[in-house]
This record gives sequence, C-alpha cells and structure tokens, in this order.
Amino acid sequence: MKEFGYQRAFDVPGAVALLGADPDARYLGGGTNLVDLMKTGVERPAGLIDVRELPLNDIEVTESGGIRIGATVTNSDLAAHPEVRRRYPALAQAVLAGASGQLRNMATVGGNLLQRTRCGYFADVAKPCNKRSPGSGCPAIEGEHHNHAILGASAHCVATHPSDMGVALSAFDAVVSYETADGPGELPIADFYLPVGDTPHLETALPPGALITGVTLPPTPVAAVSRYRKVRERASYAFAIGSLAAALDVRNGLVHDVRLAFGAVASRPWRAREAEAALCGGPATAEAFAAAADAELAAAEPLPDNAYKVTLIRNLVVSVLTELTESTEPSASTDPTDPTDPSEGATR
Amino acid sequence: MPPSTSSAITLNINGEKYTLPVDHRTTLLDALRERLDLTGTKKGCDQGQCGACTVLLDGRRAVSCLQLAVAAEGREITTIEGVADGDELHPVQQAFLDLDGYQCGYCTPGQICSALGVIQEHAAGWPSAVTDDVRPEAGPPPLTADEIRERMSGNLCRCGAYVSIVQAVARAAEAEAETAADDARTGTEAAI
Repeated sequence: MKEFGYQRAFDVPGAVALLGADPDARYLGGGTNLVDLMKTGVERPAGLIDVRELPLNDIEVTESGGIRIGATVTNSDLAAHPEVRRRYPALAQAVLAGASGQLRNMATVGGNLLQRTRCGYFADVAKPCNKRSPGSGCPAIEGEHHNHAILGASAHCVATHPSDMGVALSAFDAVVSYETADGPGELPIADFYLPVGDTPHLETALPPGALITGVTLPPTPVAAVSRYRKVRERASYAFAIGSLAAALDVRNGLVHDVRLAFGAVASRPWRAREAEAALCGGPATAEAFAAAADAELAAAEPLPDNAYKVTLIRNLVVSVLTELTESTEPSASTDPTDPTDPSEGATR
Repeated sequence: MPPSTSSAITLNINGEKYTLPVDHRTTLLDALRERLDLTGTKKGCDQGQCGACTVLLDGRRAVSCLQLAVAAEGREITTIEGVADGDELHPVQQAFLDLDGYQCGYCTPGQICSALGVIQEHAAGWPSAVTDDVRPEAGPPPLTADEIRERMSGNLCRCGAYVSIVQAVARAAEAEAETAADDARTGTEAAI
C-alpha cells in the first residue's frame, strides 16, 4: 500500500476544504471497499479525509412523506430503520442482501453508492482495464465475463455496478445530495451514474471534490408493496449475478403503478422504464410480466458467457411481480368488471 | 510540505487505553496482533471476506482487516480477549465450548465476536435477508437456524464446523433471552 496522509473531518465544509487542498486525497467512510482497493494498489490516494464522524447520520421522514438518509448512516442502520422497512421494504431487503453483518455495520450509504465494480480485471493491477487505466483495454470481453453486463455496456468496458442498495434507490427515484466548495447540489439517481461510452473511468456526474451528504427518497406509495430479490452463486454473502427491485400496485386486476430496477446487469443500477411503460394500465398477468421484461431486455447485448442473465432477469420479473400481485390483491380472481369494487375506474 | 503519513494514536481496547505511533497504512487487525500483542484476533483473508478478524467497534461487529487503526481512535474496541468476565467465560464462549462449535479453532474468536453482534442485532429487532416480512408490523423474526446461518454468513469455517456453530449461537441466544426475561421480572418485582 502506498503511504498516505490522514485527517478527520468534523463538519461538511471542513471535509470539502480538506479534500480541496489535496486533489489526490479521497473521502474515507466505512472503508470496506476503499481500504481493500488500497491494499491491492487499485486505489493509491495521497491522503484520506475521514468523513465517518460527520453529522450526517440521521434518517428522517420528510414533510411530504418521503425519507431523507444521511450519507454516513451505516447500511445496518438503514436496513433496520422502521420507516424504511415500512415505506420502502425493498430498500431494506436490498441492503440486507448485500455483504455481511460486519460489513453492513461499517459501510455507509454514501460509500455504497460510490463502491467500485468487482470485475476481476479491474481488481488486478497486473491486467489491462479501461476503467482503472484508461486506454489499456478490456480483457473481460474476450475473457472471464460470466458476471458482466448485458445492458448499456460498450466496447470499452462491460463491468457491472455491484450495489444492491443502489438498485432499490433507482426503483424509487432517489435524489443524491452533495456539497462542493461552490455550494450544494443534487443529482437524481438516473443522472448520477454516467453512461459507459468510451470513458468507463468516469463513473459518476459528481463534480470534482464533491462530498455526498445524503439521499432523499420521494414519497412513493407503490413502494409499500415492494420486494428485492437477489440471485447469486451461493446462498449468502456474495455479489448478485442478477437482482430485481420491484414495487407493484394492482387494482382490479390492472397495473396501477409499477417500479422495476435490475442489478448486476449494467455499469449502473438499471431502471427498467420500458418494462414499466409496457405494464402500466395493462393486466397483471404472468404473460404481461414476461412481455414487459422482454421489451426491456430487447436492448440486451449479452456476451457468450453471460447470456443466461437475459433469461434470469426475465424469470425474476415474472416471479416477483406474480408474488407481489398475490400480496397486493389476494382476491385477484375477482371479476375485474365488478361495479361494486371501490377501486374500479382508478386506472381507466 | 506533504502531510505526515504516520500519527500517534490512542486506542481504547477492552476498557484499556493503548498509545502507540502508527503508520497510517496499519489496519486495526495488524495493530492488535503485531503491535499490542492481542493475538486472539486472527488474520484470515485480510480482505474482508472470511470474518476471522471480527471485533466489536462501539459494540457492533466489524472486520478489523478493513478498519484502519488511525480511524479507530476514539472508538470502543472489544476483542476476544475482552469478552470473558475474568475467568468466567461469556455465555457465547461457553456455548461454543459445550457444543464443540469449532474444530481447529482459528476462526473461533471471529465467530464468537460475530455471534455477540448477531444476538444483540436480533434482540434489537433487526431483520435479515432471510426474514420473510421486513415490515416492523411483522415483528422480530424468531432466531431460527436459517436466520442464524444467514446472519453468521460473514464468518467462514474451513473445518466446516457450521452445524455446531449454529447450535452454539442458538443456545447462547436462548440463554441471553432468558437472562433478559429474568432481569425484566426482577425489575418488575422490585418496582412493585
């Protein structure tokens, strides 16, 4: 590991100023990804600005009924919070599906958003990698890529974003707040992660030196009936090979509102807007769920060893949406034209 | 002038203060083992994947291999050396001993520290990835074998002693719950 300076920040302006004074420094949260990458030489910061003790560790319900989560809230505290579990159960499930109890106690929300890909070529400094060393090439395309991207990748990089939490935040339209020396700013999560293109080393739209201060979830009634399902190669404590955050409101057999986001398929959490649009207002049936998944996955460009993900995601969408339909509308067999149903007309 | 790459720090470990100079690259794990002779905490993978180095930070389990020592200053650190009460083993330690929750023993300090965290987290009502309904209205999930396996999944045991580890954690959790219930009863009687 390269030697580095260490300073602890106690307020947000102080942290931003410390980093501004040393552009080769990095913010240190829980360190569960950064310290690991420093050990292998992937990250070689000249200094660390420790932000773990900043006063950004609250979770509060906003006036409009959303939730604001401070950047230094640990993954554990986020998943345990009663209002998160009540209003956005898929977010709690996503966080609980990630890492281990020890790591969730250390890792912060801000750091989770900024964690790096687990692509083996990125992690190995002896190998080329356009994300780590721009212009050096991407061996994954011809090499080991069974867990790489099927959507939104490029000829320069096929790495996936490893976060579970980010998938649920994408489904629920989270807004990331940050602070810079020039003042605060916000980025909707849809704009937070940059497209891969020919610049896979540029991962987020955060301005240089920006410190993530929090994440706000807008009020999202549909999220109350939501689920995160993660598929991995062992039962626990592994990164996803495919995951789904889904929320569904079915009224009278018809889809009133739906949110879908996929994990482990792209360089960022993949909000499935095509699939959502295909479902809205239509019947809540397995056939419709499969057709919606197909509409989203029509853009997939799998590599030889990860084409299984197309089927995997399609099956996840059908199975989770079917379960959510049963849990939101236990009497799904009710005649959809029943005039006595008070929800009748809501989706017409 | 480039910033200093080392600092004199004071660590609070098992209720005692230790002052030492550290290169900032030093992990808490290496500080404990190589500098402070607290070798109960074990180094396995050194990259956060095996759990052998688990300690408690401010009462919560954490892997000491990814925790920089300099960043642990000011926190309350509990290692396996601080778990027992003198010569009296902690109920979690006793349960591992009674039920053979180990074979070679290398992962055991990490397993025990992790189990301490699991029992506290469960008592606080935290759900897990195998909890069917995470909504608070569903109440805390019973600490079934499945729940224990999921919650302990950050601790690997290369000997494969998992069957008895799960039993030991279950027994220790039951013992703690009974103690808590007894305390509550005693408290109620005292109040009357």
